[in-house]
Amino acid sequence: MTLWWIGDAVLLLVIVPVVVYLLRGVLEAARSIVPSVEGIAATAAAGSKDLDAAALLLTTQDQAAQTVAGVANYGGSLDVIVDDAEEG
Amino acid sequence: MVIAAIPAAGVVMLVAVLLIVLALVYFLVSTIVQLRRIAAGLDEVIAGVGEIVEKSAPVNGVVNAINEQLDAGVDLLEGLLVKKAGLSDAIGLIDSVYPGAGAAGLRKVPESTEVVAPRIGEVYTKGTLTLARLGREAPIAAASPAGQVLRNVEGGSLAARQLYPSVRHTSPENLPKSPVIGTDAPVQYEQRDDIGAPRKRRPIGRS
Repeated sequence: MTLWWIGDAVLLLVIVPVVVYLLRGVLEAARSIVPSVEGIAATAAAGSKDLDAAALLLTTQDQAAQTVAGVANYGGSLDVIVDDAEEG
Repeated sequence: MVIAAIPAAGVVMLVAVLLIVLALVYFLVSTIVQLRRIAAGLDEVIAGVGEIVEKSAPVNGVVNAINEQLDAGVDLLEGLLVKKAGLSDAIGLIDSVYPGAGAAGLRKVPESTEVVAPRIGEVYTKGTLTLARLGREAPIAAASPAGQVLRNVEGGSLAARQLYPSVRHTSPENLPKSPVIGTDAPVQYEQRDDIGAPRKRRPIGRS
């Protein structure tokens, strides 16, 4: 009977606190992840929204090509009307 | 009746086990709820990242194409500048527009990094002469390019304006007024009869 009481004491004073401590640690860890995940989700949404203008790069590409073509035409005209530098 | 048959130590043990089970249920259910919230949040993250990947997929190719076109433009302009101004003056002009950039040199001309940028006044003078040669009807056009340096550092603006026939740089008290035109104008010009008439033809010469 004495051993039985000793077992009860161990169960109540050691096992139960240890189990509660471990389970509480797991729960707090899980709770701490939630704000981080929500922050990452908000950041990903904002990043996706920032990239809405990426489609305009196609317009930029066309305009860059037209600008370079204009510069090439202008350079060709300058090449004709401006004398070359004197060598030496 | 069953509990009455269990000794007190056994009842205490049952209570302890019951406490452990309750603690397990409470904490594990709470953990499950939090994990479900995490899973829902990760679903939103995956959706957002998927949009980012989808939107940024063509960026690399487009930016590379733009860079290639701009590189071609830069090569063209650098080549034209070196051809027309010479390597030394080209570096001087670049260094005057972007101070310090002349030390970096030109991409297609490796030896340009060894060129010492000349004084910018020489570049301006040659540029002025070049523009004058292009037919702006400036008095300098008739001058010899080998003449006196035209750019005055202290009064460069006035020196440049004096090249043109305008009198505004002399700060006159009265400038000529704008002419009045129309039917009420003080000066009426006679309309020439030959304007709009058929051109006069020269008589055909006989050989």
